[in-house]
Amino acid sequence: MAGIYSFLSALLFTTLDAVDVAFTEASVGAGISTVLMLGALALVGKDCKPRTRPAILPLFVVVVTGLVLVYGTMDMPPFGNPDNPIHHHVAPRYIEDSFEETGVPNIVTSVLASYRGYDTMGETTVIFTAVVGVLLLLARGRKASGAEPGGARAIREAAGGATGGAGPVGSAPGGGPPSGGTPGRGPAGTAPGAPRQREREEEGGPSDE
Amino acid sequence: MSDRVILRIGAKVLIPFILIFALYVQFHGDFGPGGGFQAGVIFAAAFILYALVYGLENADRVLPPTVVYVCAAVGVMIYAGTGVLTLFLGGEFLDYNVLAHAPEHGQELGIMLVELGVVTTVFGVMVAVFHAFAGRGRVER
Repeated sequence: MAGIYSFLSALLFTTLDAVDVAFTEASVGAGISTVLMLGALALVGKDCKPRTRPAILPLFVVVVTGLVLVYGTMDMPPFGNPDNPIHHHVAPRYIEDSFEETGVPNIVTSVLASYRGYDTMGETTVIFTAVVGVLLLLARGRKASGAEPGGARAIREAAGGATGGAGPVGSAPGGGPPSGGTPGRGPAGTAPGAPRQREREEEGGPSDE
Repeated sequence: MSDRVILRIGAKVLIPFILIFALYVQFHGDFGPGGGFQAGVIFAAAFILYALVYGLENADRVLPPTVVYVCAAVGVMIYAGTGVLTLFLGGEFLDYNVLAHAPEHGQELGIMLVELGVVTTVFGVMVAVFHAFAGRGRVER
């Protein structure tokens, strides 16, 4: 489902002449993400904890957020208007001068790597942080459960139950020796959140079986 | 999955082309669509396909996890190192103009170095994440 969605948005980006973005969407969104999602599904199994009460509050939050977002788009300038501010800030300089200044014909590449070099470095660091988070959560659990299946599992369940996925703090106390020295670049990364969710679901899954 | 002949042969045929295409995307990113992120993902996809078809043990022998982790870290180091190099050469951080005799060539070289860092990191990260996901289930069951 997500793979189909990614391919559709890749087509959309192609229609908008954003081939680089379409390329990324097709390879990352449709390719790798689908594989990882299937891997996660295979990991957690098909059973989950039965939900006891209807989720009114999450529904409310989602609806309100959606309405606020829709309200926010009302102030946006009309789509495709050449007078929009985005076409007058730095875009003309990129389009006209980037080849002379960087010698790279692809404007996207020159903007990404040269004009916005700091941003791209930040993105690279974010990806690196993501893998650090995934390895802290998954690789450590694997080693621990291989060594002593019962104890480590109980510890992880206790940690997961106590924090309830409130923050990255929950994964920190049980950290083994190798994880203590890794540089926690920023707890605000989006990536560590997703594996934690999966880990919680997984703890619900096998216990039902 | 290792007894499926069509899958095995198909993957064997496809993987070299995927790798070549990733390199093309990487080095042709200056001229056409593509760049470090896409190339890294495609390069990783080849190894993930290999791991899916031939099993994780064989993939580990081709590409040990340690190498992958080192890749992820080295890429960031290449990127930041390029910035530090420009600092030492008298420019600002990530100011590629000082990398070569002419500013344009410096820019090209700098962009290439930076993309090299990006592709290394993305490749390492993608394979490492896949490995973490796939390897966990293998050990527990």
